[in-house]
Amino acid sequence: MDPQFTQTLWITLKLAVSTTAILILIGLPFAYWLADTKLKIKPLIEALVSMPMVLPPSVIGYYMLVIYSPRNWFGSWLGKVFDVRLAFSFEGVLIASVIFSLPFMVQPLHNGLRALPNSLREASYTLGKSKVTTFFRVLLPNIKPSVITAVALTFAHSIGEFGVVLMVGGNMPGETRVASIAIYDEVQSLNFEAANRYAVILFLTSLVLLTTIYSVNKKYDTWKMV
Amino acid sequence: MENGLIFIDIEKQMLTANGPMKLVVQTTIQLGELVAVFGESGVGKTTLLRILAGLSAPDKGMVSFGNTVWFDSEKQINIAPQQRNISFMFQDFAIFPNMTVEQNIQFAQPEKNHSFVAELLEVFGLTEFRKYRPNGLSGGQKQRVALARALARKPKLLLLDEPLSALDSEMRNALQNEIAKANQRLGLTTIIVSHDLNEVFRLASVVICIENGLVTRSGKPEDVFSDNSISGKVQITGQIARIQKQDTVYVVTVISGNNQIIKVIAFENDLENLGVGDRVMVFSKAFNPILSRLR
Repeated sequence: MDPQFTQTLWITLKLAVSTTAILILIGLPFAYWLADTKLKIKPLIEALVSMPMVLPPSVIGYYMLVIYSPRNWFGSWLGKVFDVRLAFSFEGVLIASVIFSLPFMVQPLHNGLRALPNSLREASYTLGKSKVTTFFRVLLPNIKPSVITAVALTFAHSIGEFGVVLMVGGNMPGETRVASIAIYDEVQSLNFEAANRYAVILFLTSLVLLTTIYSVNKKYDTWKMV
Repeated sequence: MENGLIFIDIEKQMLTANGPMKLVVQTTIQLGELVAVFGESGVGKTTLLRILAGLSAPDKGMVSFGNTVWFDSEKQINIAPQQRNISFMFQDFAIFPNMTVEQNIQFAQPEKNHSFVAELLEVFGLTEFRKYRPNGLSGGQKQRVALARALARKPKLLLLDEPLSALDSEMRNALQNEIAKANQRLGLTTIIVSHDLNEVFRLASVVICIENGLVTRSGKPEDVFSDNSISGKVQITGQIARIQKQDTVYVVTVISGNNQIIKVIAFENDLENLGVGDRVMVFSKAFNPILSRLR
């Protein structure tokens, strides 16, 4: 098999898996906090989290590039202290991807937690259980469909990312070239057969993931009605 | 020295279906007592229970349990529910859907005690359902699970929000006995929210009546609910189920707490302030001779 083809798929997979893993770690506590908080600025926080869903990816990509730039304090600080350059690197793309996919992880989890009756959490507290125990033993097991939806959506969204990766990472084979960019690149050079191979794989992966979400939710709905 | 009292002196502004209302409660409760909080819906009974549990904070005031201060607005003390050693039984039962009946009860125990779980399952008639998930249970069964779970951790203070409303009268009687027994045996203090007068009379040694956010009366149920001038030999409380006119008198049917049907003769002026659904006390003051024509 074409080594560049497998390399591009490997980077795509690596980006999607890393993004999803990082977002599980960030998204779970964040969604719990968001469902629980009585802060007045909660609508603003919710809006910020949801921004990537409405903004063109190029806007996010642009701001990420500005932040990464050695000419600004964060970029130059990273360069001086850690000798790290984020622009046009896999790590830079990964950070941008985490921010860009944040709503796809947080929103389903947040909705799931909000749909649970308050009394479940309160009952656990009155039985002497801590917030952490309550989260892992009472809340999380009861929002399984939301967790599966969040993970599958985040993964599918990360695989299909185009604009942010192109802006932040460019098209560097072996570093930042992912399948969606490869398709664009191959079409530009009139190499339709290669573009087709990438396209079929992305199409099928997304179809399988979304079918999983819908079948899980359907199973949960019938289970609830019993 | 332990003072043996729950001290409550709180104020809280509430928003109810009938507009804003202020809950003002000043009372003390003896530890070990079984206390009923009685009143119509939406007068603040549940809010009072939530304040005792630490789930809601009063606007100002103080709550203490024995010598432990649970809430003090001046000193900004508000002990978390986890640290209060209580159990709260919710009106919607709040049984954890991801756990079986048995796991729900086990979850409540700080240290596993299998024999006590088995005993609770037995007492509450849940042994055969112990592997069921809550979704497969009826309302009455869920209520029993919630009650068993509330007892499982042997709390110092047991807070029950209308615990027996979904049960038929037979099961309700049985569980009223269990609540009373648990209160005695585990040395709990129990506060039960109820709007069922029979339940109050059967269970509670003290009743606190709340109307529109204010404690209107409190004390022994028989003192609180009956006129002190009555010194009858027989007193039965119940609810008027039917009023029928017969010739010049009325026959009033009263359903008593243990579902006995009592028919009482009444005259028109007796019924001036009474109607179907009213709670009444049927009492007999003295031997009442009746005249009958001799053949």
